[in-house]
Order: sequence, then structure tokens, then C-alpha cells
Amino acid sequence: MTIILATRARAGIRTADFSRSRRVFLKASAAAGGGLLLQAVLLPVIRGALAATPADQAAPLNAYIRIAPDGIVTIMSKNPEIGQGVKTMLPMVIAEELDVDWKNVRIEQAPLDERKFGRQFAGGSTATPLNYDPLRHVGAAGRQMLIAAAAQGWGVPPGECRSEAGTVSHPKSGRSASYGALAAKAASMRVPDLASVTLKEPKDFRIIGQPIPGVDNAKIVAGQPLFGIDVEVPGMLHAVFQKCPVFGGKVKSANVDALKALPGVHDAFIVRASEANPSSDPQGVADGVAVVAKNWWLASKAREKLEVVWDEGPVAAQSSSGFAANATRLAQQVPASYLRRDGDVATSLKDAAHVVEAAYAYPFLSHIDLEPQNCTAHFQDGKVVLWAPTQNPGPGAKLVAATLGITESDIAVNMTRVGGGFGRRLRNDYMAEAAWISKEVGAPVKLLWTRQDDMQHDFYRPAGFHFFKAGLNNGGKVIAFSDHFVTIGASGKPGDSATMDANEFPAQLVANLEYGQSVMESGIPTGPLRAPRSNALGFAFQSFIDELAHQAGEDPVDFRLALLGEPRALVNSTGKPDPLRDFNTGRMRDVLRKVAEISGWSDRRSLPQRTGKGVAFYFSHLGYFAEVVQASVATSGDVKIDHVWVVADVGSQIINPSGAEQQVQGAALDGLGQALGQAITIDRGRVAQANFDSVLPLRINQVPPVEVHFLTTQHPPTGLGEPALPPVIPALCNAIFAASGKRIRELPIDPQTLKV
Amino acid sequence: MAYTIEVNQVKRTVDVDGDMPLLWVLRDELNLKGAKFGCGAALCGACTVHLGGQPVRSCIIPISAVGSTGIVTIEGMADDPIGKKLQTAWMELDVPQCGYCQAGQIMSAAHLLTRNPHPGDGDIDAAMAGNVCRCCSYLRIRAAIKKAASLRAAGVE
Repeated sequence: MTIILATRARAGIRTADFSRSRRVFLKASAAAGGGLLLQAVLLPVIRGALAATPADQAAPLNAYIRIAPDGIVTIMSKNPEIGQGVKTMLPMVIAEELDVDWKNVRIEQAPLDERKFGRQFAGGSTATPLNYDPLRHVGAAGRQMLIAAAAQGWGVPPGECRSEAGTVSHPKSGRSASYGALAAKAASMRVPDLASVTLKEPKDFRIIGQPIPGVDNAKIVAGQPLFGIDVEVPGMLHAVFQKCPVFGGKVKSANVDALKALPGVHDAFIVRASEANPSSDPQGVADGVAVVAKNWWLASKAREKLEVVWDEGPVAAQSSSGFAANATRLAQQVPASYLRRDGDVATSLKDAAHVVEAAYAYPFLSHIDLEPQNCTAHFQDGKVVLWAPTQNPGPGAKLVAATLGITESDIAVNMTRVGGGFGRRLRNDYMAEAAWISKEVGAPVKLLWTRQDDMQHDFYRPAGFHFFKAGLNNGGKVIAFSDHFVTIGASGKPGDSATMDANEFPAQLVANLEYGQSVMESGIPTGPLRAPRSNALGFAFQSFIDELAHQAGEDPVDFRLALLGEPRALVNSTGKPDPLRDFNTGRMRDVLRKVAEISGWSDRRSLPQRTGKGVAFYFSHLGYFAEVVQASVATSGDVKIDHVWVVADVGSQIINPSGAEQQVQGAALDGLGQALGQAITIDRGRVAQANFDSVLPLRINQVPPVEVHFLTTQHPPTGLGEPALPPVIPALCNAIFAASGKRIRELPIDPQTLKV
Repeated sequence: MAYTIEVNQVKRTVDVDGDMPLLWVLRDELNLKGAKFGCGAALCGACTVHLGGQPVRSCIIPISAVGSTGIVTIEGMADDPIGKKLQTAWMELDVPQCGYCQAGQIMSAAHLLTRNPHPGDGDIDAAMAGNVCRCCSYLRIRAAIKKAASLRAAGVE
């Protein structure tokens, strides 16, 4: 039983860097069992959307902190943990300012309750920029209330008291009391004005800045159940769901009666999107056949006997090769529209001393989360409980409500640990499928996809094509730059994550510049993959810029420094000045110079034959990254990556150096894996690949050392899940050029093209 | 039909079809959730367990092929001197990101250290190349295996 004792406090936290509209409500109350419960409601922090985050991410968010009489501090982790380390990192921020010992902190995973916790999602590398400053203030307010409680009890001024590691002391009188002993009294203290609470000086940090291991590590290494796939519900049945291999295909008929007769099979039935997804939500239930059995193996075995007659529909006419041919054809035409037209590109190309033209292409990619999509659902009496490994449970609950025709208040979502997200689990199709199947069979059901299901029913990183043309003057300066971006989508509009920003680099740095766009009609589902858009655009633009440096006869680092020019802020895509979202050329120059220094860039001429270094940079998710890759190309064409250097500027503070290094190394290696061995090819409307023998995840024997260096700057801390990925691919391709003289203009890298 | 298998030194009897893979027997019949399903085709190593001391991909081993050969899973690693050190090293070096593959990684690493008390990078890469980490925690995996080897050499219990 929680009694709200204090009145709601309202305060504005001032920061120069984010929106002026930030407000925080803090509630303090007595916790069950006699402790202190702090609930902070943080209202819109960043107006508008950060690149590639859910549009409604600016909703309120909350923190829950409970201090028990024994001094144990329990902090609710509200967001999904997908391996990005948020379950450890955000509580560190609160614990630091609250001033408690990390060993006395316990973390609890919150269930979905967005009225209580605000938006709960994992995406866009947003956890740090959205939460760092507000959570520090929340922790500091808690510390101030504990100090006030002690001071009042001792009859001394609060200013004479101090806190340290879960204890308040009064040095003059030598008295001290633990937080646990003070917690109940603290609950009756006035909630301070959050704007005026005193934060620690970063030099006094004892938790922030320390490498703190993940809070679930002990369970992970012991193999304890944590993930969605591990959920057990009494009386649970197991389901598989066969969808049409061709996107959008419908079931004409299926031998479900024969399947029902197989051993262990509880039920088999056709699911029709017309019933389960009447609004044709692209993320909702698709046509298919569900097989439900007493265990998953029997359901899978029965599925082998499944015979479905499909109406494959119009997407069966689409193929990757068709998109490529169509893109080449469109490139000969005037773009359907222009994202940007500055100056006079045509005239300046005529005036140019050198004109460089190149076509770049990248494929569809699957997210290949190692834990295949799954969800457990229990529909009963008009209500449904779900256990879901999702990055985005709120929209998942809405989708389930629409699927079942029930209200969101009749849906409960338990968030499990997630065995890899990478953007795939921002979509919740598996939740809708599990809910529908549970309702149909009237029992709790765990739906688990096979690897093939997972690879063939994704929301893919869209394939794309760039047709570049640039002009250099006699001095090697870029005087004209144009890109005809041929992308995929529907009704003339680019699909999900298939867009390009009008401000894409080097816009605003070249006077005569145009970005044209043409859209090919596509029925292939697309969506965000780690560093959406940037993961592809970085490859195309930073590779082409390397071609320009080569044509100009300049050092690739010096050429880029000259292009960046003097330190200044380039206007961001919203058009409104924002010191975090504006591309700060000075910050990029600094990371670029630093990576040249630590990678031994200037000594690269002394590398062995067929070994080279390549460089690239990219600004995404508010982070500045410059990377150098050293690679060797064998005469057989095989590429060996020798070393990677990463320099990042993500602001003034690395909260958890252990997690931070992991995110950067992981993202860089992820990009290398994509470049070396990953593509999804569409053949007659279906995905040609089915498992890890045709889509190749990076393996340990391909892994080079990845040195990570963070520049500490005076800017607010920003996120790390994504921005290290985009530059690594062009840095690798540029290294291959340096080693072999061959330019990679199409991903994934084909060793055949590098053979001597 | 009924099969009696030895899992982590305990005899367990299950009544399943002979072609049911060991992975699903462990997960769905014996409720041992540590071994993970990733690919179903011995391509990712998430399901790795020891069978007679050898690391195997339990997703493709039918229960009928197990016989009386002892099985050790990640749940049994805390009782294994090498496994215990690997778990300690994994935690100290903060290896996991999402954590899904790590049980399989530790099982492969345990077999490596049994054969080779002081593996170098090349030994580690050769022994661990069958285990995919989608988060690419590989650099920490290499370091943690060496750390566990040093704990063992130092006689740390």
C-alpha cells in the first residue's frame, strides 16, 4: 500500500541544449514496508523526433526509485533491454546522484505501463540524451530529501550535513544515519524544486564513469531463463505459423484436417488477414496457417506435412535483379523529384576540370536477431496477457488491441530480456500472431518462429541505389556534387527507412549541389536496422568522397578536412537551429584528426603490399564518429581486416565505459559483417536466403582488434547503440581500394571482383 | 517412446519421439532453458552442450542418438571447475551484450580450456568460430577465455 504524502512538485530543469519545455514532476511517498518511494515524471524532453526514433518518443517518461529500511535501493528499469545496456546504465545515473553504493542497488524490469512510465522503447540511441540530465536531477532530489530528513531529526541545518554512499552525516556532531533508517521520514519531506537541486561535480562521480558490468550477467552466464523464448506458462501450447513466402500472399486452401490428425497436434487452422488484420496494417497479422501442438518440435514436424495453396499476389513479380535493372534505367532519366537543388550543378560540371561519376548499390538486409521472433500470449475472458521480447511494447499492445478487437486496458505486456533487437523488434507482428492464435485455441500459446521464418519475414533494411556525379576544379576542390537516389516505396513515396535527408553530407558545403530522387514501387516490407538510413548512406557517400579525394590526388583525411572547412554548425533537417542536431563540422574535424593520429595514418605508405588503410566519418544519432580500417586483400580476392580504430565524440561523459566500448566495438563489427557477407535477395517476391549459411554473421575468426577512443567535449552526453556503425563500412571499402586499387561500389563485397 | 538420459549427472526420463532434437528435450521437456535455439541447423552454436565431453549442437542431435552418454549443459557449468572460472571471467569482463549466445559460447570455451589450458588467439578463433554472437562481443570473449585460463593457472577456486 503506497500513500502519497507529498504534494506534486513542479519544476523546470534548465539546460541550454535541449528544449526549453522540459518539466519534471516528482512525487515522494511512503513505500510499502516503511521506505521512501520516489516517482519522477519527466515531460517532453526533446521536441520532435530524433532521427529514426518513433515519432511519439517525446512523450513523458518516468523513474521509480524505492529505498527500503535495510538501505537497499530498488530502481525500476522501464525500457526494454536488448543488449544496449540500458538496464545497467540509466540506474547508474540515478544511483550516482542519489549517492548510494552500487552494491546496494537492485534493478527491476518494469512491465508495460506507459501511463505510469511514459514511452517505453529501445531505439534511436536515445536513452542517454533523453535521460541523462533529468535522471541526475531526480537522484539529486532524493539525496536532498534524505539529507533534509536527517537534518530535521538532528535539529541542525541541512547545509551542515553531507551524504556519502548511502549515509547522511553531520561532521560537526559526529552523527550519522543510513538512508534506510532515514527513508520513512524522508518521504514526508518537501519535494525540492528540481531546477535548484545541486548536482555532483563530475570529478566527484563514483559510479558514473566506472565500468559497471551488466546487471543480468550472473543469470546470463548461468543459463537462467530471461528471454522471451524461455517463458513458461502453465498449460501452455506451442505454435508455429506458416506465412506465404511471397509478401502479401493469401491462403487459398490448406490441408489443416490432415495436420490435426498428427501426433501431439492440438489444432491447425488458417489465419486470414481479412479477419485478424482488417485494417491491413503492414505490421499486423498476415495470411497463414497456424499449427499448435503440445511442444514446439511436434508443431514444427507437423508443419513439414503442411500443404498450402497460395494466391501469391502481385509482389511475386518483384525481384532484386529487377530493382537493380529498373534503377539503372531510372538513372538515365531526370529524377522524379528533388530533395535539394543548390546553385547550378549542370553549369559547374561543364566548368569542372575533372568530373567523377559512379554508381553505388546496397542490398536488402535482415536483422538476424539471434533469438528468433517469438511471443507468448494467454487470451482469456476477453483479456490477454503477453510475454514479449520487443523493443517497442506500447505499439505492440495497440496492435494486439486492433487484432483482437479489444481495448488496450484489457492487455498486459510483460517485457522479457531481448535476444537482439537491431530495430527488428520495433515491429510487433509476432505479438499480434501469438495473441490471435491464443484466442483461437483458447489456451496460453508460445509462438516461436524458425530461423527461416525470421529471415524471410523481416522488415528489411531497404536496398538502394545512388548515381553520383561530381566536379573538381584544378585545385582539387569540389565545385559540383549530385546524387540521383533511386529508392523503393509505394505510391511514389519512399518506404520505411528508405528515405534520404535533404541535408545529407556534403550538403551546405558544396555550393552547386543537387539530390534527386526516384522511387520504385515495391511490396517488400522495410524498416529500421541499426543506424537506419545512415548504415547505407554512409557507405555510398563516404566511398564516393574517397573517389573524389583520389581524383584530386589528395590525402583522404586532408581532403575531408578541407571539405568540412572551418568549424561551424550546418542546419539540421528540421531547419531550426539545435546545437545537438546541427552537424558541427568542428566536432567532426576533431574526431577525424584524432583517428588519423591514433591509427598511424601518416605512416600508411610503409604498409606491406596489398594492405591499405581507409578512412570515413559519419554523424548520426547525435554522435560524431571517424574510423580507420586497415585491410589486406589476398590475390585470391579474400579480404582480411587487420585493425579498426574508432574515435567518437558523444559529449562530456561516458556513463558506463564498459558498456560504451561494447556498443562501439559491436556496432563497428556488425557493419563489417554486413559488408563482408550479408544480403537478402528477393526472387519472385520471396527471400532467397533461409539461414546462416547464406546470410553470414561475422564470426570470431574474422574479428580484428577494434580500438575505441572517446574525445571528451563540453557537449551533453549522447547515445552509442548505433552511430559507430555507418563509417566502418566505407572505411573498409576505402581500405580495400588503398590495398588493391579496386573500388567497392556494391555491397556485400564480392571477393571475385578483387581477384588478381 | 521413453528415453533415459543423463543430464548434469542426473538421470532423466522423457517420453518423446526418437527424432526430437536434444535441444527441445532439454528446453521443453526438462525445462532447462540455458541452451538456446538460434538456427536449427548447427550453424550458430547457441544450442551448444557437451555430450560425452565433446561440444555438440543439440539442435541437430536426435534424442535417440544420445544413449547413455552424459550430457552437460550450461546449468551444470557452475559445478565444473573450468566452467565456473569461465563464468567468473565472463562476469568480470562484462562479456554479454544481449546475452543470448553466451551459454553456447561458454560451453565451447569450456571444451577448449579442457584441451588447451593456455590458448592463444588462433586457438580461440579455431575453437569458437562455430558460435555466432550477433552483438559481436567477440573481443571480450577472447579476453575472457584468456582470463579464465589465467584464473585456472593461478589456482583460483
